[in-house]
Amino acid sequence: MTALLEIDGLSKSFGGLRAVNQLSFSVREREILGLIGPNGAGKSTVFNLINGVFAPDQGRVKFAGADLTGKPPYRVARHGLARTHQIVQPLADFTVLENCTVGACFGRENLPLARARAVAREVAVFVGLEDRLATPAAQLTIAGKKRLELARALAARPLLLLLDEVLAGLNPTEIERMLTVIRSIRERGVAILIIEHLMQAIMGLSDRIVVLNSGQKLAEGTPAEIANNAAVIEAYLGDPALAEKLHGGAAA
Amino acid sequence: MKSEKTGAIDRDRARPMLYRPFFWIIALAVAAFAVVPLIGNNVQLRESLLLAAVYITLASNLNIMLGYAGYINFGSIVFFGLGGYITVYLVSAHAWPLAAAELAAGVAVSVLALVFGLGILRLRGAFFALATIGINQGVQAFVSNFEPWGGSAGLYLSTQIFEPLGGAMRALWVIYFLLVAVMGLSLYLSYAIKTSKFGLGLIAIGQNEDAAVVLGVPAPLYKALAYSLSAFLPALAGGLYFFKSAFIQPSDAFDLSLSTEAMVIVMLGGRGTVTGAAVGAYLYEELRGWLLTSETFSNFQLVVSGVLLLIIVLFVPGGLMGWIYGRWPRMKQVLE
Amino acid sequence: MLGIIASIVDGVLIGSVYGLAAMGLTLIWGVMNVVNLTHGAAIVAGMFALYLLTSALDLSPYAVLPLILLGGFLVGVGLYWIAVHRMIGQPPLMFLLSTFSVNLVVIGLATAVWGTGLFNVPVSLPGVTWQRYTFPGTHLVAAALTAIIAALLYLFLYHTRLGKAVRAVADNREAAELSGIPTTRVLSLAFGLGVALAAAAGMLIATMFPFTVLAGDAYQLKSFVVTALGGLGNPAGALVGGVALGLVEGFAAQFMPVSWTLVIEFVLFVLVLIIFPRGVFAFTRS
Repeated sequence: MTALLEIDGLSKSFGGLRAVNQLSFSVREREILGLIGPNGAGKSTVFNLINGVFAPDQGRVKFAGADLTGKPPYRVARHGLARTHQIVQPLADFTVLENCTVGACFGRENLPLARARAVAREVAVFVGLEDRLATPAAQLTIAGKKRLELARALAARPLLLLLDEVLAGLNPTEIERMLTVIRSIRERGVAILIIEHLMQAIMGLSDRIVVLNSGQKLAEGTPAEIANNAAVIEAYLGDPALAEKLHGGAAA
Repeated sequence: MKSEKTGAIDRDRARPMLYRPFFWIIALAVAAFAVVPLIGNNVQLRESLLLAAVYITLASNLNIMLGYAGYINFGSIVFFGLGGYITVYLVSAHAWPLAAAELAAGVAVSVLALVFGLGILRLRGAFFALATIGINQGVQAFVSNFEPWGGSAGLYLSTQIFEPLGGAMRALWVIYFLLVAVMGLSLYLSYAIKTSKFGLGLIAIGQNEDAAVVLGVPAPLYKALAYSLSAFLPALAGGLYFFKSAFIQPSDAFDLSLSTEAMVIVMLGGRGTVTGAAVGAYLYEELRGWLLTSETFSNFQLVVSGVLLLIIVLFVPGGLMGWIYGRWPRMKQVLE
Repeated sequence: MLGIIASIVDGVLIGSVYGLAAMGLTLIWGVMNVVNLTHGAAIVAGMFALYLLTSALDLSPYAVLPLILLGGFLVGVGLYWIAVHRMIGQPPLMFLLSTFSVNLVVIGLATAVWGTGLFNVPVSLPGVTWQRYTFPGTHLVAAALTAIIAALLYLFLYHTRLGKAVRAVADNREAAELSGIPTTRVLSLAFGLGVALAAAAGMLIATMFPFTVLAGDAYQLKSFVVTALGGLGNPAGALVGGVALGLVEGFAAQFMPVSWTLVIEFVLFVLVLIIFPRGVFAFTRS
């Protein structure tokens, strides 16, 4: 399988702090790649570098044959890369349908309004929001907002979806539902790069894992390999429960 | 149920313009403006409706930046004033026919707005707002020192300019109808934008520009387009207004308090709505008329504007239409 | 040549007072992450406070300064609780409009009461002469008082517990809240300080130049230019930026009519912001 997203030697500093340091990895088509690491490891910054919120100091971002390094987010979106945020960013006064329509209008296919609305409706149904199409986004529950965030990104019909802690703040039932949705997204042919703290979830979901620590790649491999990686376990040593979950998740 | 409600809005949006009830509501309002003063040759009504039409034009176009994109344009009057100056100058110094001068003014001001806009639209919030004041003050200072345009004394037009329009009396009616047409176009522009993909992007920018950009909305282009579009019709209105007055001077043309009034009108009527501009203008006109005639309050115009704005922002941020839509959601299916 | 130097020195003196005004603006901005469009009104209030107090109470102008600082502070805190507090979580647009409307009301009332004529507070002080040029005593005293106030502000922010709390809230409000700092009280304090500084600057300006009710807008703009130059939330930078602006004004006054000064400042404002559009100067914090 060819590499859909290729990150090569990416570095970014803020003031004196090196947030991301010479990071390289790639995401293949139809792959689910998990990005894990202790808090402050730089995971969200990596997302911001990929989708153009920040320009990297060094390195390149290549996606579907195009060089996206330093391009503004709206151009990145047009290439087929969509993203959700850790802290959800709904367009609060818009309804669920309108939110998704924005995604569909300005995403990869740059659809006209009428067709975008149809795509939006379909995507909203797919994530399970069909009963709340006319609800203003501000009135949704946190689970609803997370699903809207996901639907909006999907409406852009991306080739690669960046999910940033999409499970945070959800209860176990909601988590299960979300995982099913994520798996069916992959079934539809969308590659996924996912940041997640819920170890069991991400280890069970991902085909491969990249571990980040202090902005650098600590390890890369299948969940089983990662769970047995001494360096990774050491990085998480501060939390033995977490190290356990590493194992538990990989075994699942 | 709920999806049914969406369905109704969807169906409406999916129809071509001519099939939507709101299109005809606007047409009716414009027709009323045109026809009612004709009854009995009511010149006094015509004059007050002319002022209302100017306010509605300014407010509708301001709404594109303020209501949709969420950018406060304190200096929006610069389009009006500059349009006035270009028109008056072309008519008086170069004997251009009114129509040609108007068109030239509209295009010139829009192009200038695009150029300035590309510069200042990267600024957010207060910085952008203050920069728009800067543009107005800068243009005013320039014009005040620009001799071919009369400097600070201004330009006068001889009454001969009314001859091609059939003499002074008839000319005033012609100009009135043209202004009503400009007002109608402003309302239609506002409506067309709101129901288009462009408008969806603009309003997304207005709600959360960072999120909109990540979603793919080409913010710099859209903002510049909106700013430029919002300049065209006010420029035409300015041309007509000052042509009719046969006199223009910098302190009138670039009067910031007019921008402020337009802003109050947009907020009063309902930011982001099309009807808001019209309703707000009407309410404000009434209020202003009452204030000017009332002894105690004639000095307090600006204070009243300020208090009104404060009350709206603190307690009724959606303005009148926002309040109406809150109480009667069904109205959203007919009005905008 | 001498004329230019004299102009520049005078510009530095006046500019320091601009810096004082800007310190008030940038403090509120840095701590509360909001833009205060009542800033101009606060400056005008300081001007008129000086006028009223000196004519009514027959006090020496400079003796009034502590009163104005205190009064400005109290008014600022009051204004915070009345209008600003409930707007804190609101979108920036709404906050801009609300402070703008308060400004409108205040200036409108002042215009209704005092009209748009010129007011003057005569302050007789011997100047300092150098070569052919005399530096007005008022300018020298204003600059000196500005330096004193700035020094006091510095001591407050960096050497008192309350001041450190202010800086903590400016840095990261949530973290400060979690450390037990009463953030709302700190916000009201910061707002009060901001208004006090603006009023003090207004007072000092009134000792130097005649003023009108409408002068607030012009000085508010200068404060914004200075803030753009000196950096958001950075009082020291505001002082430096103010001096820089004074320098530019002094220099420009040699070559062009006064009516163009404001235009130059606007152009400078827009250019500075366009060339330095980084997160520091953007209205919304990333």
